[in-house]
Amino acid sequence: MKKEKKYLFDKPENVQRLLRGFWALLILLLGIDLFISKHPYFHWEEWPEFYAIYGFVACVCLVLASKYILRPIVKRKENYYD
Amino acid sequence: MINAVPPAAIFIIGAFLIPLLRGNLKSVYLLLLPVLGFINLLNIPYGSHWSFNFLDYTITFLRVDRLSLVFAYIFHIVSFIAILYALRLKDDLQHMAAVLYAGAALGVIFAGDFISLFIFWEVMAVTATYLIWARRTKASQAAGLRYFLVHIFGGLCLLAGIVINTYNTGSIEFSYIGLNGLGSSLIFLGFGINCAWPGLHAWLTDAYPESTITGTVFLSAFTTKCAIYALARGFPGTELLIWIGALMTMFPIFFAVIENDLRRVLSYSLINQVGFMVVGIGIGTQLSINGATAHAFADILFKALLFMAMGAVMHQTGKINATDLGGLYKTMPLTCIFCIVGAASISAFPLFSAFATKSMVMEAVAKEHRTIIWFMLLFASAGVFHHAGIKIPFFAFFSHDSGIRTKEPPLNMLLAMGIAAFLCIFIGVYPTVLYSILPYPVNYVPYTAPHVMAQLQLLFFSALAFTLLILSGIYPAEMRAINLDIDLVYRKFAVAFFWFCNVPLTAFRNGIQNFSSRAIGAIAKFATDPLIVPELILKGIQLGVYKALTTSSTGTNPKIADLEFRFNRLIKMRETGRYYGTEVPRRPIGLGVLISFVLIFFYALIYIITR
Repeated sequence: MKKEKKYLFDKPENVQRLLRGFWALLILLLGIDLFISKHPYFHWEEWPEFYAIYGFVACVCLVLASKYILRPIVKRKENYYD
Repeated sequence: MINAVPPAAIFIIGAFLIPLLRGNLKSVYLLLLPVLGFINLLNIPYGSHWSFNFLDYTITFLRVDRLSLVFAYIFHIVSFIAILYALRLKDDLQHMAAVLYAGAALGVIFAGDFISLFIFWEVMAVTATYLIWARRTKASQAAGLRYFLVHIFGGLCLLAGIVINTYNTGSIEFSYIGLNGLGSSLIFLGFGINCAWPGLHAWLTDAYPESTITGTVFLSAFTTKCAIYALARGFPGTELLIWIGALMTMFPIFFAVIENDLRRVLSYSLINQVGFMVVGIGIGTQLSINGATAHAFADILFKALLFMAMGAVMHQTGKINATDLGGLYKTMPLTCIFCIVGAASISAFPLFSAFATKSMVMEAVAKEHRTIIWFMLLFASAGVFHHAGIKIPFFAFFSHDSGIRTKEPPLNMLLAMGIAAFLCIFIGVYPTVLYSILPYPVNYVPYTAPHVMAQLQLLFFSALAFTLLILSGIYPAEMRAINLDIDLVYRKFAVAFFWFCNVPLTAFRNGIQNFSSRAIGAIAKFATDPLIVPELILKGIQLGVYKALTTSSTGTNPKIADLEFRFNRLIKMRETGRYYGTEVPRRPIGLGVLISFVLIFFYALIYIITR
């Protein structure tokens, strides 16, 4: 069998590198946030890391609601309408 | 008369020349159409032109102001990109439908009155339906028909609204309408159906994924954006729109997360993005209207880019379901990069287009201190990154390796994606150009440290949620399945309705038909000689009386025998219908005439009394 060319993410160490860079970036974002002066319209925008927490919680809620509430209600076989 | 012609005319007349050309000449001609249109557009002065009197009304084909011009610019740009993308298509009818569709959209944008608006509106519905049917699959035929029916219904709502509105105001000018009374509500609803409001949206997610690879790129650009234009023109500042828009941003993302067909995922995110524009129109301030139009401009580009990237995947692999794809970055790196640019743009990453446009709507919402709406839109912003920003590129190009090894799509497709990707980044990096063509003066600065920081946090921590959910295996696996949506109502209801027509109603109709045909037969038989019945009764009584009076002791009475013979002859005549045998005396014709006169007399009497 012909050995196939190895691509970028076929090597686990590259995936690990990507993930490590990602974690570092997240920590950096959390750090910088503390030093930025804000001029918000709502007072909660001034809370430290408000957007990070909201983004994370929103997405977890979104996925869980879709998976455990919406999907059981609306999922049908592919030939449902045929 | 001015030098410029209505942009719709260039496209619509131009479309009919397409079948006459062949080969490279046709390609050049197709690409020249939007270029010519754009040059024409640059020469159009502000104001109303090409006005004609029709009955008591004035039809204006070219009403030019800043609002219509923004949409006209982007419609020309996206027409060029989509035509370039579809250039190798060997289907003249599809080319024609696409160019006519773009032309009709331009007609809507520049229509200064309701009559021309309505005509172009309907042309859009018809040509778009053809773009769906052009895929020539069973699913596309059915989805196209449903699309057509929904849009004809929407068009009729619009028409009814226009008629009532014109009756009330005496004018057919299309300007600010505002939500008051039945006529404006019907117009509002007509626009809303094209805008894919919640509950009225199913045509979009039903039909767009079933259209052709190139057709969907056109479809994604025009219908909803024309509705946005019409709402911005007719209903700015309508409170109801804020809530409709906020719902539109919210509900599709849940469906998008569990959807398998990646073009359907994009259709849901299309509704989600249009929701931001609807909110902007509903707020109605200068900043929010600017935001809505700017976001429409940016959305047309990145949505076209994403549909083109998914189309390229479909073109090369023949597959579009997340379950069948994955690992394509290996052999389609350019398409992958373009897709990521589109994904970053729709997610409003700093330096990409939506960052400079969607944030204007967010800012306008915050300025009005609409807390709930603001939280809903922020949720949707995180959600759109989740399903369109990550899910689309991840499942198509990365994720598990599907083993598919293919090539990049043809050069024209790559070029079209490249131009769209360039414009997405250009708007993001240098938004001043877009800001300068918006309807109102802009003094909004997107690139401030808190804004960039807030957006980066929101997006990267959404990405964190995705990463953790994928790594932990909680993320809902892609499944070969369909998800019910509101189209269930008419898809199932239509079947039930058809059954009701077919079975009980048909039985009822047959019953009535049988009854009436029998009744008519009986009446006809009776009418051939109506006097036979009283005669039969008389003869019967006569016979009975004779029989009763003469006691039956002395054999057969010849009188009775004669009566019996006559009676039986009458019955036989009635049964066989032979009345005028030799032995039957004919009735005098005068009797028939008399009866006719009596009947006519009564008929005339009734007529005169009731008149």
